[in-house]
Amino acid sequence: MVTSAPLWSVLVVPALLAGFATVAVAADGLLAARAAHRRVSPAVLAAPLAEVPRLLAAQRRVTPAADTLLWRLGLAAVPVAGVLAAVVIPFGQLTASRMSVGVVWFNAMEVLTWAGLWMAGWGPNAVLPLIGGYRFVAQGLAYELPLMFALISAAAGAQSLDVADIAGAQGHLWFAVWMPAAFAVYLAGVHAFSFLGPFGYPAGRDLAGGVAAEVSGPDRLMLEAGRWLLLTAGAGMAVPLFLGGGAGPLMPAWAWSAVKTLAVVLALVWGRRRLPVIRADRYAELAWVVLIPVAIAQALAVALVVLTTGGTP
Amino acid sequence: MTTAVFWVLAPLAAASGFMVFRFGSMARATIALLVSFLASGGLLIVLGLAYLGTVVILMMVMEMVIMAVFMIAYMMNPAGLMPMAMFHNKRASLAISLTVFALLAAGIFVTRWPRRAGTAPRDPTFRLGEALMGPQMLTMVTLGVTLLATMVGAVVLATHRGRYDRFGDDLKRRPPTDPARGGVGR
Repeated sequence: MVTSAPLWSVLVVPALLAGFATVAVAADGLLAARAAHRRVSPAVLAAPLAEVPRLLAAQRRVTPAADTLLWRLGLAAVPVAGVLAAVVIPFGQLTASRMSVGVVWFNAMEVLTWAGLWMAGWGPNAVLPLIGGYRFVAQGLAYELPLMFALISAAAGAQSLDVADIAGAQGHLWFAVWMPAAFAVYLAGVHAFSFLGPFGYPAGRDLAGGVAAEVSGPDRLMLEAGRWLLLTAGAGMAVPLFLGGGAGPLMPAWAWSAVKTLAVVLALVWGRRRLPVIRADRYAELAWVVLIPVAIAQALAVALVVLTTGGTP
Repeated sequence: MTTAVFWVLAPLAAASGFMVFRFGSMARATIALLVSFLASGGLLIVLGLAYLGTVVILMMVMEMVIMAVFMIAYMMNPAGLMPMAMFHNKRASLAISLTVFALLAAGIFVTRWPRRAGTAPRDPTFRLGEALMGPQMLTMVTLGVTLLATMVGAVVLATHRGRYDRFGDDLKRRPPTDPARGGVGR
């Protein structure tokens, strides 16, 4: 039974999230080193962490006639969205906030990146970031609806919007097993809202960094950390939604939550390295012509199963 | 706690709503409106309507971002980067809006609110769904189809390239002539 932890546990959420995100960044560096045939050493793993003090000390880049208010607000919105989204994720038997509408809350907080990245693109008054910001909005119109239907499938399977209830409803069969399409669409959505890997288009190399092109110093740290926090929050949410939450034999619930979250994080990092970047206009067609019908069919199948059996198949 | 949150969110909602008409930049005006909506969504959550509040936050972020894109695209000055106001006739519009705000606020205090009959339902989200989807199912279905038809119609009217442009006058050209190939290889 998942219970609500005391209020101070809200402070634990960012720490835990940052811990998993650090593992993700280290694993990403490791894969990059292997792909470049460099020797894998502890220094390679620590390189992303060594970047933190450098960015904190680095000077902010200034552009002429920038909208500094919107720029900073947009950059701050990215990590804030990641942390706020993670507040409703149960970890083991505890959750920082057991919201009755946790799934909708997660969705709403993840959508904050729309506003965040658009502002981060608009703020510096420069061409490449502006294009990057608009690219994210275009990408958002493509990925968001399939992702919503994937979330609806999981919620419909458990007949609840409470994340803990959804985890608890997967007694003998994970939702990932009997809702494979929803699970796949959800994982693609996690890549998309953290604009990493195949969805790195808004911050693409063809745009010299896109939204991140003019961002330096602590702002850069915030943006980069924000996308990894979002990825980690998405991976953490996949565990109660599709992988049975903290349930498992032998080990305590928190250990199962940690193991499953790590597994999803590593799978997402691996996918980020393996999949090519897809242009937003091409993904929009794929999303609207293929993914939305598939996701709706998946939600319909779940609804029919729940109506006939009253629960899992 | 709830009262403190209210006193943070309510002035924020009103002030940022007011700032929409003060900012000279379309981007800032839109984001000010978004902040106002986010604070209103937070107020709904404080009132115990978690689902409605969260959905307001979810929908308004997306709507305001899309609105910003269109407002900047369709503005009267090139590229939409020159400062411009969100209103005409500054004095009269300010007087009208302040009067309306004062009247509505006065209404809150003048009205004799009825006492609550019974207790709040345990799961307001479920009850809301039942209220909307139970007796009003026909209304909702009609509304949904009408909205969808409106959207499809608007897109058809606005689209730059129709099927005759893509597939030719006899609709037989394969593959269609498109400026860029789509994601599913058509």
